[in-house]
Amino acid sequence: MATSNQTTLPPVVTMSGIVKRFPGVLANDHVDFDLMRGEIHALLGENGAGKSTLMNVLAGLYRPDAGVIQVNGKTVNLSSPRDAIKAGIGMVHQHFMLVPSQTVTENVLLGLDEPRFLMRLSEYDDKIAELGKQYGLDVDPRAKVWQLSVGEQQRVELLKMLYRGAQVLIMDEPTAVLAPQEIDDLFETLRSMTAQGKSIIFISHKLNEVAAIADRITVLRRGKVTANGLPAKGVTTQELARQMVGREVVFRVEKKPAKPGEVVLDVRDVYAENDKGLPALRGLSLNVRAGEIVGVAGVAGNGQRELSQVICGLRNATQGEVALTGELVSNRPTLYGIQRGMAYVPEDRTHVGSSPNLSVTDNVIMKKYRKPPISHGGLLDMNEAGRFAKELKEAYDIIVPSVDTPVRLLSGGNLQRVILAREISGEPAFMVAVQPTRGLDVGAIEGVHRLLLVQREAGSGVLLISEELEELFSLSDRLYVIYEGRIMGEIQLGMEEPSDEIVEKIGLMMTGTPLDKIEKEAAA
Amino acid sequence: MRSRLNSLFDALLPVIATLAALGVGAVMLLVLGANPLEAYGALWVGAFGSTNAFAETLVKATPLLLVALGICISFRGDVINIGGEGQMIVGAILATSVGLTFTGLPGWLVIAMAMLAGFIGGGIWGGIPGVLKAYFNVNEILSTVMMNAIAVQFMNFMLRGPMIDPSQAELASKIPQTARLLEPFRLLRWAPTRLHLGALIAVVLAILVYILLWRTTLGYRIRAVGQNPNASRYAGIDVKRHVVLALLLSGAFAGLAGMIQVYGVNYRMITDGSASGFTGSAGFNGIVAALFGQLHPIWSIPASVLFGALLVGANSMQRMVQIPSALVTALNGLVVVFVVSSEIWRRRRQRRRLAAAKEEDVPPKPDPDTPGKTKVRA
Repeated sequence: MATSNQTTLPPVVTMSGIVKRFPGVLANDHVDFDLMRGEIHALLGENGAGKSTLMNVLAGLYRPDAGVIQVNGKTVNLSSPRDAIKAGIGMVHQHFMLVPSQTVTENVLLGLDEPRFLMRLSEYDDKIAELGKQYGLDVDPRAKVWQLSVGEQQRVELLKMLYRGAQVLIMDEPTAVLAPQEIDDLFETLRSMTAQGKSIIFISHKLNEVAAIADRITVLRRGKVTANGLPAKGVTTQELARQMVGREVVFRVEKKPAKPGEVVLDVRDVYAENDKGLPALRGLSLNVRAGEIVGVAGVAGNGQRELSQVICGLRNATQGEVALTGELVSNRPTLYGIQRGMAYVPEDRTHVGSSPNLSVTDNVIMKKYRKPPISHGGLLDMNEAGRFAKELKEAYDIIVPSVDTPVRLLSGGNLQRVILAREISGEPAFMVAVQPTRGLDVGAIEGVHRLLLVQREAGSGVLLISEELEELFSLSDRLYVIYEGRIMGEIQLGMEEPSDEIVEKIGLMMTGTPLDKIEKEAAA
Repeated sequence: MRSRLNSLFDALLPVIATLAALGVGAVMLLVLGANPLEAYGALWVGAFGSTNAFAETLVKATPLLLVALGICISFRGDVINIGGEGQMIVGAILATSVGLTFTGLPGWLVIAMAMLAGFIGGGIWGGIPGVLKAYFNVNEILSTVMMNAIAVQFMNFMLRGPMIDPSQAELASKIPQTARLLEPFRLLRWAPTRLHLGALIAVVLAILVYILLWRTTLGYRIRAVGQNPNASRYAGIDVKRHVVLALLLSGAFAGLAGMIQVYGVNYRMITDGSASGFTGSAGFNGIVAALFGQLHPIWSIPASVLFGALLVGANSMQRMVQIPSALVTALNGLVVVFVVSSEIWRRRRQRRRLAAAKEEDVPPKPDPDTPGKTKVRA
């Protein structure tokens, strides 16, 4: 399996036939992967493709259910990160594992057996500074971690691994947290490390970055290898996009042709920040008409969450505005939008969409309790509320012994039906649904899809934000592709299956190429 | 079946915890050379042995219940109020000054005004930590405790200075106490006992708090915010405002407890320099009573009576079995420790049970990098 087309030395790492199962999910399905000395090998794939799982296996965090790992030709048993680092494998996680109040040196030494007793840190400061100089990792060993930029913190993580003698460095989406200038610095560092004999695995889902840095590329899709160790030179981004997104047997949902009406939701040039205060939406515009389902496709973490929150008034836009049936709703209280026909099916069913300890009744009246017949002048009519809950239970096939049951006891599909029942019963003009079928079984998914289509038939506009392309293909009338907080392009979907050409375009857009550029290149 | 046994066990847990505490107390009594059976017998007689004993128990239970009602509201809103002592004091100061100022008004009116004053005083004292928590992210446990210290010093200042009994002001002793309330301002008593109307008021309020929490939109919002602030924000509820309201109402009921102590029992405020000198630690014990009553206003009634009985019975136990008074305090403390920790244990057990139940019928959320969609193909 080792495609040793570059060197005659054995691979530093060979993983063969790796299988890793999670309950209900096959995360890695007989995956083969190898890494040569001194190369940067990119691991490409959508979210959920199994990249991180595979690398967590290599880093000793997960035990594979089957498969063999060899390091420098010798079979190893990696049952903990300690074993992995002993074998020379170190992983830099996407979320750094540093102690903010300690200095760089203290962080590098953390967990090591040295210094034995006396903390003569200044000696180590010099050692670490030297190590940094060797690999172009410029960071002051005496600085406290909290004072460092994200890029510098990443360097500390690298220093930690190098100090422990790592020969193989796994970088899990290292550019996700970095500014463009920092990315250039990182790439330079990585090249200097490979020049000195280190080998690097670079996990990413961004095609342009992979093309810029990798020597070879392996593509994973749904736990399987679709391209094994392709040389980065000579492979087109189109091909990679196709390998990454692929085609699945789409089981289509019965739907009538759309009859789009007035624009119900208009998002105009919206900018917003994420929880860390970094830009998440950068001038995003889209619209949804009555009676249509509009999909938003994209790899997770490209601003989808923030988009849904800005629309619903749970997050402020720093620029731009959102209008619901012509009325401004952005940067206004959530209640303002709700009262004007905004419905929201959030991604997080248990922490945002419902209150687990409250009963089905208490949960379904959450947006209705303010008005008659549920309440009169501040007094709740619990009989009426119970009747309403029972009505919804019947109408939406919610399987629950009683409407007084706390919703934490409901299965995922039933809980989602409770949330959809609440949102739809408000007869909204517009609904945004984020990942509405994540984690549900087939039957429940069908039910959710049917309900979304009923909404569409009823003439309300639906914005469906999902990472499941097949779901978007089967439900959406139009599709936007989001990438780093911008819309890369808009695609009209007919009643028939999208062509390979369209799928390829979507793949390219999801990895950062705007539609107009794709079309210009196709025309040329 | 097992779940029913589990919930029965949960319901009885406070009782079991109390018995366990009494068990440990028995060991302490033995070490001190007292007969535990005799001692606990004395405790029972002291608390329930006669009409007068039972009346005393209810007198002690009244402020506990009022504080507990406030605790039900704040804990349901997921804000912890440890400031009952201070809130009682401030409520009492405001209520007392009403009684000492409007001497010309009819009794019922002054009592009503004093109740309102107690409510407002406690409300302010609870509302301040509420605002600090909601808008400045100050931990309410710390701020309410610190507000207690401020309230004590405020009381000592007021009772030594502006509010001191004019007759004391002339004496050299200068006992820090206010003048006595006029006869018509005192709450009706069921003579010859000290049981007063306040007990009835507290029970009526318990029913009202039940209605507030489960039958009004305000209570619904407070509970929703307490259960899941994210979901509440998403449903358009102003979470910050309801954090403030929960603490404010909680403080208001403690303030009312302070007012009732003055108007029903002592007819004046007097300080020995400490908070418990005035409150009898009801501001703290009310928390225990509320937890004992599963944070339910109606169940808080028997819970408060139980703790009232412990307080009264312990006194008679001390007299009859000749044990040091410190042991009485220790016994009280034991009950508190056992009940509170059993509550925490119960919650943890519940969470574990829940997690176990979830694992059985729902697959865990797939980790971010595993295909959650495989099931579609299955």
